[in-house]
Amino acid sequence: MAEYIIKNGFVFDPVLGINGDKTDVAIKDGKFVETTQLANPKTIDATGMTVMAGAVDIHAHVAGPKVNTGRNFRPEDKLFNCTPRRGVERMQGGFSVPTTFKTGYDYARMGYTTVMEAAMPPLYARHTHEEIRDTPIIDQAAFPVFGNNWFVLEYLKNNEIENTASYIAWLLRATKGYAVKVVNPGGTEAWGWGLNCENIHDPVPFFDITPAQIVKGLIEANEYLGLPHSMHVHANNLGNPGNYTTTLDTFKLSEGIKPRGGWGRDQVMHHTHVQFHSYGGDNWGNFESKSPEIMDYVNSHDNITIDIGQVTLDETTTMTADGPFEHHLTELNHLKWANTDVELETGSGVVPYVYSPTIKVCAIQWAIGLELGLLAKDPMRVFITTDHPNAGPFIRYPRVIKWLMSQQSREEMLNGFKHSEKVIDATHLMGIDRELSLYEIAQMTRAGTAKALGLGHMYGSLKPGLEADVAVYDFNPEQEHAPDDIEKAFGNARHLFKTGMQIINEGEIVSNGNKRTLWVNARVNENPQVMRDVKEKFLRYYTVTQNNYEVAGHHYVPNPYVIEVDATQ
Amino acid sequence: MTKTVTDVVCPFCGTLCDDLEVVVSDDGKQLLEVYNACAIGAEKFLHSQAEDRLTRPRLQQEDGSWKDVTYDEAIEYTAQMLASSTKPLMYGWSSTNCEAQGVGSEIGEITGAVMDNTATVCHGTSLIAVQDIGIPHCTLGEVKNRADRVVFWGCNPAHAHPRHMSRYSIFPRGFFTGKGHKGRKVIVIDPRKTDTANVADVHLQIEQGRDYELLDALRVAFKGLPLPDVVAGIPKEQIYEAAEVLKSGRFVIIFFGMGVTQSLGKNHNIDEAIAVTRDLNEYTKAAIMPMRGHYNVTGSGAVWGWQFGFPFAVDLSRGFARYNPGETTSNDLLRRGEVDSVFVLGSDPGAHFPFSSVKKISELPSVCIDPHQTPTTAVCKLHVPVAFVGVEIGGCAYRMDNVPIETRKVVEAPEGMMTDEEFLEKVLVRIKEIKGE
Repeated sequence: MAEYIIKNGFVFDPVLGINGDKTDVAIKDGKFVETTQLANPKTIDATGMTVMAGAVDIHAHVAGPKVNTGRNFRPEDKLFNCTPRRGVERMQGGFSVPTTFKTGYDYARMGYTTVMEAAMPPLYARHTHEEIRDTPIIDQAAFPVFGNNWFVLEYLKNNEIENTASYIAWLLRATKGYAVKVVNPGGTEAWGWGLNCENIHDPVPFFDITPAQIVKGLIEANEYLGLPHSMHVHANNLGNPGNYTTTLDTFKLSEGIKPRGGWGRDQVMHHTHVQFHSYGGDNWGNFESKSPEIMDYVNSHDNITIDIGQVTLDETTTMTADGPFEHHLTELNHLKWANTDVELETGSGVVPYVYSPTIKVCAIQWAIGLELGLLAKDPMRVFITTDHPNAGPFIRYPRVIKWLMSQQSREEMLNGFKHSEKVIDATHLMGIDRELSLYEIAQMTRAGTAKALGLGHMYGSLKPGLEADVAVYDFNPEQEHAPDDIEKAFGNARHLFKTGMQIINEGEIVSNGNKRTLWVNARVNENPQVMRDVKEKFLRYYTVTQNNYEVAGHHYVPNPYVIEVDATQ
Repeated sequence: MTKTVTDVVCPFCGTLCDDLEVVVSDDGKQLLEVYNACAIGAEKFLHSQAEDRLTRPRLQQEDGSWKDVTYDEAIEYTAQMLASSTKPLMYGWSSTNCEAQGVGSEIGEITGAVMDNTATVCHGTSLIAVQDIGIPHCTLGEVKNRADRVVFWGCNPAHAHPRHMSRYSIFPRGFFTGKGHKGRKVIVIDPRKTDTANVADVHLQIEQGRDYELLDALRVAFKGLPLPDVVAGIPKEQIYEAAEVLKSGRFVIIFFGMGVTQSLGKNHNIDEAIAVTRDLNEYTKAAIMPMRGHYNVTGSGAVWGWQFGFPFAVDLSRGFARYNPGETTSNDLLRRGEVDSVFVLGSDPGAHFPFSSVKKISELPSVCIDPHQTPTTAVCKLHVPVAFVGVEIGGCAYRMDNVPIETRKVVEAPEGMMTDEEFLEKVLVRIKEIKGE
């Protein structure tokens, strides 16, 4: 493979502690190496530019059945944005739910090289993997959902952690999944009957278990196995005024549990899109931000990480395995509603949503996300996301970075809202003068996310030995700049390398790369009870046979990267 | 000696049964017996063994006779036809695997084709309705495990999806439905007394073409508001009663077929049926599901969804994807003479399109890829027989509830036969050469 040297850029690498120093970055055989190891490298001149490791997105909905439902039922999302085949690029289209090709290219243009699909219904794993396969360039992995799975509900009702862990290992292998995802624990199963679980002690109909038991049990099972990533939760009561108490209650379930497995992560719970879970008030009239309460907890507890789920004030398409929430949303905005309940496993809903700056609640939501980022004491544990496409499309990450880095741009927004005064009153953003540095942005989008995913040994830094994923942005931190320059630079990587292959050269996509699908193969001791339960459930309740359930490698995961976990001890 | 292959997936209808057992000869070359399948499914497997089966491509001559050609010649013919067309129609895609659909998409991109599948004359109207109003949906296992109210509207699974009722909808005993069919109330809405109507608790024998009125009346009845004495030929007492049956269920599922999608009202019927389902979710839990026909028509809509963003009628001729049913749908294009060649794979428009459309196909340069001889192959210039997907080659297919299942290869194809995917791959390579890509 070709050798490259990226010379003279301002490098930001929190793992190596490099904060804007001019350092050369060397690439050989797909990895970063010491510059002395290069024989005859091609030189990339990064003079006056910012250099960071390829970014890692910890939570986005970019592949799978609900994403595709969003695409197919929203032809209007493709209006005026379809582009032709050009060079190596395939046809592209879509704004909030782009086609797979556009997804890969748009992430690359922003300097992202690894993206986690945040919710995979196990029965639809093949579909998710077919889409991942057709998404060029970026490495991806998918999190199967466990929080409403009948096996899990039955095992955890009796606190059977070992059986839960064996089942998790079996399902990760069967679906080629990466981590334990939990969405509205118990609530989506209740939605099978049109009901919900509204707090962590609200019992699940028939199964006689509470969301608290599910979350705590899955954390314990996750650590029993010692998986690379922690349990990744979207708590109950999303999107409702006053829900911050449910969020704090959920956080507290992680107390006293320590990470295992030696993957370098410190957390045992990742709580996603916390913006949607930080609301005070008891109706839409007195709706307000509770981000200080939330961040006080996060800042003082090392075993939690979060991502913000920033509202970008766009027209978007919400989609989640939280089936009852999407029904609630369609009742609220009266737009079209798609729902799919999945036998024994989960459910989901999809509803378009317009986050309008003229609506007070939307503007407050916008402020809360930024507050979470700005109140973070440790940017290695608080990450930038838009919960794509729920709070906004991922292509807005550069804009979110601008807001976090520029008080001026935030205040222009706050003062420009139709209900400016009410929004300022209900939030804390106006008083915050913190402006995040590029170093902190690199923590929130690279070093921190890679570490939380247990992938610090592959991604998130320019350290020799790691995968050579690196982005060069046309941004000179030593020069005067307008806030919009930040957005422009982070949306248009000048150069991008993925595992040592040049993907973007001078702003042009020149290669479709060699994308990989990551999955976790956790080996556990034989567990005849779990295997008997699996067999029985397939015989009696599933509509596919057990032999037709497992995702085979060849077509669905043509280029796998398997992470082995030994949990037999 | 023989071998029995288990967990075989049936490549016939959208029910996509995956519990078939197939007996093959020891050398894996002959398929001897099929168990668990319905009559149609079994025939599909056994038909691959027909002695008069075509195994090589053939080209229709001026006088209507056929001349055998090699696969290489067929690839060249197809590539030249598509590469020289300004707007080819690439139709079908419902009886093949997702792998082949994916390769077909790329050919469509390069040649500026219109990609359309059999939904265009089937559940395309349902897809349009979903774009209007969404769809509360579920997997078939949810029906099996929870449903206690089952509605069949304008569909006749007893004949069209023969194992649907026993596997998923009426008879199975599930987790919360231990009494099987005794715990379920079945309502059939159909102008005919079908075999499905015979097993129903209630048959509302609706006047033909009055589905919209009856659906609307149900929504009125849910709210307890007054109705005219008779709607769509059904007395109002029966409508109130049916509304009460649905509202009092724990889990309602509505299955619908071409009786509503292609009769008077078309997509508006489905809008209303989905509105009925939405309304029911105010009182209980309800879902609705189209009874998709071909075993992988759902898959072609899924593949085009993630590649182009639209489930059918995808026009790539301007260089980017457009979608406008009525303009970019196959029959409209054919009858207006807007396409200059026709490529058919995995469907039989010759048997299902209006005569005026089929006549247009016969007048245009045309290629049909199909293991069988069909009315379509009879009017196309080139017929390329291929291996049967789901019998002689595996691959992914999507069930009517969008659940993807990997079909299995159970027997070898006759020697030297290509698969859909292999043929398309070669055509793609050749087209790239011709276009200088």
